[in-house]
Amino acid sequence: MSDKITNILLVGVGGQGILLAAEILSETCMMAGFDVKKSEIHGMSQRGGSVVSHVRYGKEVFSPMVPEGEGDILFGFELMESYRYLPLLKPGGTVVVNDLCIAPPAVLIGQEQYPADLARKIRDLFPDCLLVDGQNLALEAGNARTANTVLLGAVSRRLDIAERFWIESIERMVPKKAVAVNLKAFQLGRALA
Amino acid sequence: MKEILSGNEAIARGAYEAGVKVACAYPGTPSTEILENTIRYKEIDSSWATNEKVSLEVGIGASFVGARSLVTMKHVGVNVAADPLFTLSYTGVNGGLLLVCADDPELHSSQNEQDSRNYAKFAKVPMLEPSDSQECLAFTKLAFELSERYDTPVMLRTTTRISHSKSVVELGERVTGLPEPKLAKNPAKYVMLPGNARTRHYVVEERIATLSKDGCSMPINRMELRDGKIGVITAGISYQHVREVLPEASVLKLGMVHPLPFDLIREFATKVDKLYVVEELDPFIEEQVKAIGIEVIGKEIISICGELTPGRVSKAFGLPETAQSAVEKLPGRPPNMCPGCPHRGVFFTLNQLKAYVSGDIGCYTLGFMPPLSAMDTCVCMGASIGMATGAVKVLPPEERKKVVAVIGDSTFLHTGVNGLMDMVYNKGAATVIILDNRITAMTGRQENPASGHTLMDSPTNAIDFPLLCKAIGVQHVRTINPLDLEECRRVISEEMERPETSVIITDKPCVLIKREEVFTRGAVLSVVDENCAGCRACLKIGCPAIEWVPSSGKKGKAHIDPLLCNGCEVCRQLCKFSAIQEAK
Repeated sequence: MSDKITNILLVGVGGQGILLAAEILSETCMMAGFDVKKSEIHGMSQRGGSVVSHVRYGKEVFSPMVPEGEGDILFGFELMESYRYLPLLKPGGTVVVNDLCIAPPAVLIGQEQYPADLARKIRDLFPDCLLVDGQNLALEAGNARTANTVLLGAVSRRLDIAERFWIESIERMVPKKAVAVNLKAFQLGRALA
Repeated sequence: MKEILSGNEAIARGAYEAGVKVACAYPGTPSTEILENTIRYKEIDSSWATNEKVSLEVGIGASFVGARSLVTMKHVGVNVAADPLFTLSYTGVNGGLLLVCADDPELHSSQNEQDSRNYAKFAKVPMLEPSDSQECLAFTKLAFELSERYDTPVMLRTTTRISHSKSVVELGERVTGLPEPKLAKNPAKYVMLPGNARTRHYVVEERIATLSKDGCSMPINRMELRDGKIGVITAGISYQHVREVLPEASVLKLGMVHPLPFDLIREFATKVDKLYVVEELDPFIEEQVKAIGIEVIGKEIISICGELTPGRVSKAFGLPETAQSAVEKLPGRPPNMCPGCPHRGVFFTLNQLKAYVSGDIGCYTLGFMPPLSAMDTCVCMGASIGMATGAVKVLPPEERKKVVAVIGDSTFLHTGVNGLMDMVYNKGAATVIILDNRITAMTGRQENPASGHTLMDSPTNAIDFPLLCKAIGVQHVRTINPLDLEECRRVISEEMERPETSVIITDKPCVLIKREEVFTRGAVLSVVDENCAGCRACLKIGCPAIEWVPSSGKKGKAHIDPLLCNGCEVCRQLCKFSAIQEAK
């Protein structure tokens, strides 16, 4: 095993299920034999605030926080939050982002506007960017709430971890009755180029 | 067996493995999940106390009769529990007692950034500081051994990045063969009247000196000798950042941050050319190292404010900065009250009535945010009522009636009720609103003495707020439906006019409560496009389910997200054009 640490950032809006996705990711890394650390702030996240979770894996991980500007992959659940945290990513890093806009309070009350063209702006800075239609693929999988698993599938293609570990951790972490639909969602995401 | 655990989960596991019988806490970020995890072990009696002082007293009681007990709280909770803590240091323990306090550098979810290590020094109790989840588990177990060996309460300090970070942990088994609790009288040790306490003070001083010496050979305080040019003394999460950023530096990693192992520090200082202390918040280690005459660099390069990150440590040591992509300024995304939250209508009303709102700590502190903008103070748990009393004492008569204290159910029972007794006793004349949403919501929905359920989910007595307030002597106690804006405005404005103490209790539950008998979702509402005049009245409540669509119609229209709407109907009462109706 090389000494290289892989740095992943999961970002989005409180309530989107980011913490669970980060759990599944971390569990998968551990099952694949890596040391892994995950860090996030959950005090206010439930109330629709901005959320960022750091997951780092490799031979031996020290800090649980991705050093600023050294993220390998940004895994975004929402466009504006993905754009906000781009400075954490290393130059030439990878972005996998859900094609979804959630208006923050100032936009909801008409005081500010949701920034336009974010997908293009992200791609301008990070050409290795995959825009995922998480909502529709989740519906195709059979449950609108599996968009996160679709995204996880897309991210999984970009990490050096065997597919069986992903499947095993989804089976372990997701409520029993939702396993089948989540595995389908995962495969739909994994099939994206 | 290996598992990925958060620091909090690992502490709960450590308590289980250490044979803990009693765990008690008041919820507070980032400590809350410890007790939410001790309930997984049926061998531990876990409970939410009314406040941190009571939680520590419960722990002390169990310890004195011989049980190992765990008490947990956030950093500011130690302020509340400080009274028993300082004297507990004198009595020592019988069964081991561990107080976990979770600090919050960077104030992710707190009102200040106090450094609890000062409490260990102040109260003269040993303090351990883990740097990952494995150490959270191991140090928790060790704490109980130290507590009994040295006859002292032990503190374990975490920070948000330890409490809420997850890492791989090797689990162990629960210890067996601990003595069974039983009554044992020992007044010279446990009755802290001056005669006894004077004697105990000598014991305390001797104990801390012994621990400082013994600390030099404890494996949790260890030298990691690498390159001799730079030596760093560090502990907790800072250790991880130092290892990340300065992999070649020699490190003195302290697992016990009070008392410090001074001889070991002296030895380490001789082995390196240049000595640094890397620590978050106060120069706690640094000042003590300097006091024994060792030259060291610390706060000259690292801020006292905020938490450390790998980047901040890197910058402190003058390492080249990583290039970061520049992005445009974006609208912020602060947290917001949930759709259907019963607090929203009350804060809308207080805003309309131009009240001076003496605020408190909970979800409702979000009433500070625009567009509600109806909170004028927030200091500490329970402060709203006492502060209202103080303001009314000195304001001119026409301004007195503007003063309204606002406090949640759990916060009222924590330390607000004392303020209300004081207000009535001293003939204060403010309006107090108890926002009773039947749960301790902000920290993630914990039960409390008014919710009717215990932490271990058994039904229990639920405090009757109107009866309690009447018993205290409040003559005017009224209950309102906070989702009815007309009722809110009428009752609150009437009570504000009254030159006596009055209490208004709101009676709608938190929308996040999962028990169906407590909260039921209303019919989802939607905007009838042709009726919407674009007047923006419904935007004044800042509901996350209502979005302003500027491109709709001539001047824009409101839209309600059917997935988010909880059907509380507050917005509907603001619409003069009957544009908000039940969704078809």
